[in-house]
Amino acid sequence: MQNSGIEVLFEGSNLERLLGGLLVTIEISFVSIVIGTVLGVLMGLLRTLNLKPLQAVLRLYLEAFRIIPILVWLYVVHFSFTPLLNIDISGEATSILVFSLWGAAEIGDIVRGALQSMPKHQEESGAALGLSRIQLYRYILIPQAIRRMVPGAINLATRMIKTTSLVVLIGVIEVVKIGQQIIELGVIKAPNASFWVYGFIFILYFAVCFPLSRFSRRVERRWQN
Amino acid sequence: MNLDWEFIAESLPLYGDAMWLTVKLAFWAIVFSLVLGLIFSIVLYYKVRGLSLIIQAYIELSRNTPLLVQLFFLYYGLPKVGLKMSEVTCAIVGLTFLGGSYMTEAFRSGMEAVSKPQVESGLSIGLSRTQLARYVILPQAFAISIPSLGANVIFLLKETSIVGAIALMDLMNVAKDLIGMHYKTAESLLLLVLAYLILVLPLSIVLSWLERKVRYAEFGN
Repeated sequence: MQNSGIEVLFEGSNLERLLGGLLVTIEISFVSIVIGTVLGVLMGLLRTLNLKPLQAVLRLYLEAFRIIPILVWLYVVHFSFTPLLNIDISGEATSILVFSLWGAAEIGDIVRGALQSMPKHQEESGAALGLSRIQLYRYILIPQAIRRMVPGAINLATRMIKTTSLVVLIGVIEVVKIGQQIIELGVIKAPNASFWVYGFIFILYFAVCFPLSRFSRRVERRWQN
Repeated sequence: MNLDWEFIAESLPLYGDAMWLTVKLAFWAIVFSLVLGLIFSIVLYYKVRGLSLIIQAYIELSRNTPLLVQLFFLYYGLPKVGLKMSEVTCAIVGLTFLGGSYMTEAFRSGMEAVSKPQVESGLSIGLSRTQLARYVILPQAFAISIPSLGANVIFLLKETSIVGAIALMDLMNVAKDLIGMHYKTAESLLLLVLAYLILVLPLSIVLSWLERKVRYAEFGN
């Protein structure tokens, strides 16, 4: 029997390189989630204030990311920043920028939703006790709201990790790109490599996202009561 | 910024074709995933032994992997084991594989949200399980599911932006080609964004309107 092709995964440093590529994906998502969370919390707090024009702007910002596909955003930033603003940023930087802005929009909405879903009497009881506005947020609203935010935020994280696979299309060297390189190199020796390499990448993504989505479901169930 | 209007006018037909392709792919993917979702959610709701387990495994696989990798596996991987599909078939299969699980979850949570007294009343007036599903659960579940079904429809429409990766001439690919050939970056990207706005925005507005309407359909809660 000829090479079945699965060996290609274990030849030389292929396995290591693929895992390294996955790490790039995870790094981009991780950094974006951190930046997105910080900006998003701020945005969510701003959206609970009753400032009509500000609300309209932030709402528009959120809808822009909901309506236009992320891949289009990646293209727009990737192809227009360099010539228009005369700055050269790498594919990674582009990705982190786009994903952070997207994350900020979505986290902002999660934070707003959680804060607004808080029963009014919580705030009123706090005020009756003589807590200041800041104390109210710090001791009453935020601790309770966080419980309602966590499942949504983890969900967003898995969505982001999955969506990060798109950065290969703007030239970032991540797991899919490395997979393609391995397939191209072995095109004569292991003609069936693409089945195994893409199959393996499929499983890699699953291995990262499945525990996360399980975790978020469990948190959701436990904190619902 | 000065836009080259002549170039824009010349490339409009290309974008038109690509939008048509997007609509076609999204349409079939949405239809197939709705059918898949309806069947699977009924199986899950009635906890059909064995089948439920398989469907659950499928849902987890589909939801926890990116469409891009699913498409690459379908398009480049499967032919190596003898399963060859055209680009269009591949895209529709991939999108259905992804969308089917989201639709299943939407229908199922709708079915589970039908209030218990409704189900009990149905049983007490002697409806069979099929009648119960047909006359009591599904009509209400469908109304309850509309917001999430709508969100999935938009999600699938947006996800079609990835099919360019398997050599289909979709909007992304047209824009990329035009940028590569003519360096008209601003014009190409503007048309790209506009095309998606034309596709998604009306749908999104209709859906949020529908969402407010169907609230009336929730009985007994």
